[in-house]
Amino acid sequence: MAQAQAQSLSLRAASVDAELTRKPRSLWSNAWRQFKHHRLAMTGMFVLFGLVLGTILGPLVYTKRIDGIDFGASTLPPSVEHPFGTNDLGQDLLARALWGGRISLAVGVMSVIVSILLGTSVGSIAGYFGGILDSSLMRITDLFLSLPQLPFLLMVIYLFRDPVRQILIGLGQGPEFGVFILIVSVIALTTWMPVARLVRASFLSLKQKEFVEAAHAVGVRAPGIITRHILPNVLSPVIVAATIGVGGAIITESALSFLGLGFPPDTPSWGRLLLDALNFLEVAPHMALFPGLLIFLAVVSINYVGDGMRDALDPRKTR
Amino acid sequence: MPRPYAYWCKMNQYLIRRLLIAIPTLIGISFVIFAVVNIAPNDPMAQFALNPAVPPEVRENIRHQLGLDQPWPIRYVQWLGAAVQGNLGYSFNSRLPVLTLLSYRLPSTLWVLGMAYIISILLAIPIGILSAVKQYSLIDHLVSAFAFIGFSVPTFFTGVLLILIFSVKLHWLPFIYDSTLVVKDLDSLGQLLKQSAMPIMVLGLFETATLARFIRAAMLENLPLDYVRTARAKGITEYMVIMRHAFRNSMLPVITLIALGVPGVFGGALITEQIFRVPGIGSLLVSSLDTSDIPVIIGITVIYSVLVVLFNLVADILYGFLDPRIKYT
Repeated sequence: MAQAQAQSLSLRAASVDAELTRKPRSLWSNAWRQFKHHRLAMTGMFVLFGLVLGTILGPLVYTKRIDGIDFGASTLPPSVEHPFGTNDLGQDLLARALWGGRISLAVGVMSVIVSILLGTSVGSIAGYFGGILDSSLMRITDLFLSLPQLPFLLMVIYLFRDPVRQILIGLGQGPEFGVFILIVSVIALTTWMPVARLVRASFLSLKQKEFVEAAHAVGVRAPGIITRHILPNVLSPVIVAATIGVGGAIITESALSFLGLGFPPDTPSWGRLLLDALNFLEVAPHMALFPGLLIFLAVVSINYVGDGMRDALDPRKTR
Repeated sequence: MPRPYAYWCKMNQYLIRRLLIAIPTLIGISFVIFAVVNIAPNDPMAQFALNPAVPPEVRENIRHQLGLDQPWPIRYVQWLGAAVQGNLGYSFNSRLPVLTLLSYRLPSTLWVLGMAYIISILLAIPIGILSAVKQYSLIDHLVSAFAFIGFSVPTFFTGVLLILIFSVKLHWLPFIYDSTLVVKDLDSLGQLLKQSAMPIMVLGLFETATLARFIRAAMLENLPLDYVRTARAKGITEYMVIMRHAFRNSMLPVITLIALGVPGVFGGALITEQIFRVPGIGSLLVSSLDTSDIPVIIGITVIYSVLVVLFNLVADILYGFLDPRIKYT
């Protein structure tokens, strides 16, 4: 009896020991543990991985030309030779969709990166320094929030598309690169405001905290306090906003291409493929279905991943 | 619920102050729009430049007549002065006042948008309530999936899908909106309903999904609260507890969202109008961008901004009006 008790005690001691020597869990490993339980978010992540890998490696493996014109093979339905069928010019749609995915995903990611950088800088400067700087930056933020996003986007792209293209051709770059830069910067310019507000609000409360005071006391300068001390604490909501922002940016880019304002026809982004399909809906519905489904898959999985991340990073929901 | 006189005085003061803030915002926005249009190296006279029948002197003359030979800040001040008096200028192409052009296009936009928004509000309320009350049930999961899909599918893809199903396969609905249709009897009314069914569905799906998700979240916040339990303890039927108590309180943020969503719906309608060729404001914007019709472009974009500012104001005021806890200071 006594022996059994001693044994159970030592066992418990061992488990306490294990508890103490276990690697400490960081915020991110905790979040990952949570995220793994979110089944739909995990599915979304795998689908997204598949799409990204497919668009990066796909064109290397599946080497059909995207611009070879063959009227003999016009608007063929999906088959073994052309898994997504062909378009009105007889171009292979799978090859075009893989290429287009690169563009659509790259626009989504790049514009969110620019938008987050812009929003975080505005928000942290306004929140940290306060005063006139804060109120004037917030006025500008309000002004941008009141701009109607899609009409404004259309206007800017219509007006600046040709000049930007000319400048970049002058610099020795292709015309698609000009459109890419224009679309990325315009999307970023019309989406940074919510992030700025969010970051500013967090800065306002965090800059009063003791750890910031301590940093002040040991002589850290303002840039150091902003980037090394406060910003890491603001990161998780910003990352969630960024993830969901990628989905929104992909939709916006496709919408622009769909309205004929995005990339030129020889640069088949997913929205552009959908626009090209519009005149052939009756004879070749597959031309619209595949690019549309790809946009949908990408956006749904990004939204689910964002949802899962929000739950995982929310301390109130810790299991 | 009667409110004291002092409340209305405070409310009025608040309203006036909000209106005073809205005015500089609108001036700022119109300035930005004007500046962007005029900084762009885009010559509205380019269409004449290529035409050998129009000699340079005539071109300069037209330029002078349209006031384009003055620097743009001066033109902005003139434009603003006229806009305040309700004159948004004249279209370069049709020579008609911008407001007249807009008034031709407004009915189709309002009809399609209004129907879509009303239908989606009417659908989203029961869907949202049901899925919150039966949280984690099969219905709730279905609703959540529907909501997620609904706002992840871009409207241009839903539009294309609907055309494929209802026009190409089933031949039920026309996919081009006939703007010359005049409603004079039951037959033409039927035609109008048929041709606007798909645009309304496209917009409605997206809005229903967004609203239903939001209503569900708002209900879930209210259902576990003490006052709901109190209501149950008093022996009120479950239906009344949900509809009279929880739902009414959940509607507060929802109504704000509905008001704030209106400008977004106008923006989103741009694409839907383009797919189904609905002759609305959105397609007017796209066609005037094609022809560099600057006064129309500026006019429409400014009107969209007015909508944003206006409905922000409406949302603020409604919120304060419906929620007696909010004090105007």
